[in-house]
Amino acid sequence: MAGNDSAVKVHIENVVKKFNTRKGEVVALNGANFDIHENEFVCVVGPSGCGKSTLLNIIGGLEEPTEGRVLVDGQEVTGPGPDRGIVFQQYALFPWLTVLENVKFGLKLQGKSDKEAEEIALKYIKLVELQDFVQSYPKELSGGMKQRVAIARAYAVNPKVLLMDEPFGALDAQTRTQLQSELLETWEKEQKTCFFITHDVEEAIILAQRVIIMYARPGRVKEIVDIDIPYPRTQETKMTPRFLELKNHIWSQVYQEYLSVRK
Amino acid sequence: MKEKKVPIWSKVPSWAWALISLALAIALWLAASGTWPAVFASPEKVLNAFIERAQSGLLWEHVWASVSRVLTGFGIAFVVSIPVAFLMAWYDPFRHVVEPWIQFIRNIPPLAYVFLIIAALGIGQTSKITVIFIAAFLVMVITIYQGVKGVDVTLIKAARVLGATQKDIFFKVTIPASTPFILVAARLGLSTSLTTLMASEIVGGDKGIGMMIQQASGYYQMDVVLLGIIMLGIIGICFEKIVRFLERRFTGWQETIQQ
Repeated sequence: MAGNDSAVKVHIENVVKKFNTRKGEVVALNGANFDIHENEFVCVVGPSGCGKSTLLNIIGGLEEPTEGRVLVDGQEVTGPGPDRGIVFQQYALFPWLTVLENVKFGLKLQGKSDKEAEEIALKYIKLVELQDFVQSYPKELSGGMKQRVAIARAYAVNPKVLLMDEPFGALDAQTRTQLQSELLETWEKEQKTCFFITHDVEEAIILAQRVIIMYARPGRVKEIVDIDIPYPRTQETKMTPRFLELKNHIWSQVYQEYLSVRK
Repeated sequence: MKEKKVPIWSKVPSWAWALISLALAIALWLAASGTWPAVFASPEKVLNAFIERAQSGLLWEHVWASVSRVLTGFGIAFVVSIPVAFLMAWYDPFRHVVEPWIQFIRNIPPLAYVFLIIAALGIGQTSKITVIFIAAFLVMVITIYQGVKGVDVTLIKAARVLGATQKDIFFKVTIPASTPFILVAARLGLSTSLTTLMASEIVGGDKGIGMMIQQASGYYQMDVVLLGIIMLGIIGICFEKIVRFLERRFTGWQETIQQ
């Protein structure tokens, strides 16, 4: 697999996260260990509460691990930074800014001139095919369009790693499939390391080179599955025997965890 | 096939509704002044009182005295309430100490503490502005605090991930995200200022709409009393329109339920 041969981009070393709540200490993550390689697309699946979002926030630098550490290009993560872009499930667009201004936001913070920021922003707005909505405000856009803007905004600052926290979770099935194909196209064009969280097993298989299955509370890596289906993958890929075999396997693993949470 | 019935009144333009509403109000007024002439001066008498005092310039002196008082008290309250609200939202110790004070004083009618302030500051302009300031400040600080507290955490996270510093977050996220609340606060604060104006003008002084009403009622000039009340209403509507305009101008990006 292309991803596995290349250099380690993100190194996750024995990451433990505990929260103090009113009911006492809750262990969200109990020793996560794995690597993400350069330009690799990795998906994480697991039941709600398995700590997958916590893990993403730790890689993104928005939360600190209680124990262990995360290295990006050999550098320990100590806080958020533009080398790790995040796409949130709730889009997180600035509602008072237009599409163009939203995508320019990070570029301006990097000290780029207005002209340069605009050029780069327009390039990525075109990439997500929203060139007709450059001057629109988020409230005028559909959910799928909003998430496209968020993806363009994340790409525009040219991060090394793209972290996506169930980005298509709030979208209808059709929009979701469309955005999945678009994301794959962009990923092949832009060559970025992607860490993608989802609870949708099909989504994980169609996108990822490797799928990480998490144990339910406390979160740990249960199994890492290589997805040996060649790209480009399309909707037809979902009908192939290999896909169904992988889906069956991953789903049954995840389902066991769902059951263990319900008990 | 059932045709959807459009009610006939949906075709009446809004300016026509305004006229109808005004005409009905005047009709009610006429009826009231016909029934209780000693209490309700007729529209004609009030109009005459208006013309007389407008021409002599006395009315405008009263209006200006009140409006400048309201705007000064409100203006200071606005400027002070924003940093206080931010401090409350950011520093819990500060909020724990200050919020109970605000909640306690907020429910006391200004009329109750007006004498305390006059005893401290005299009956001049300062004490009048102070009363308005206190009332407007209390209303605004609570509203702005709730707005700052309610800023979507995901937006702050998104900004941090894109490389924003604490300063960037303050100016580029918190301030614009709380603008709608700041404007709502301004609207509430202005209307409170106007309500409190009467309390502030209750004792002493020679100019102001409140004073005009009080003096006139002393002489039983009910036309002037009514004129003062109507002037206050008009000023209130003007304030409201100005803030509504600012809201449309600055917070048009907001998602609204209707539309």
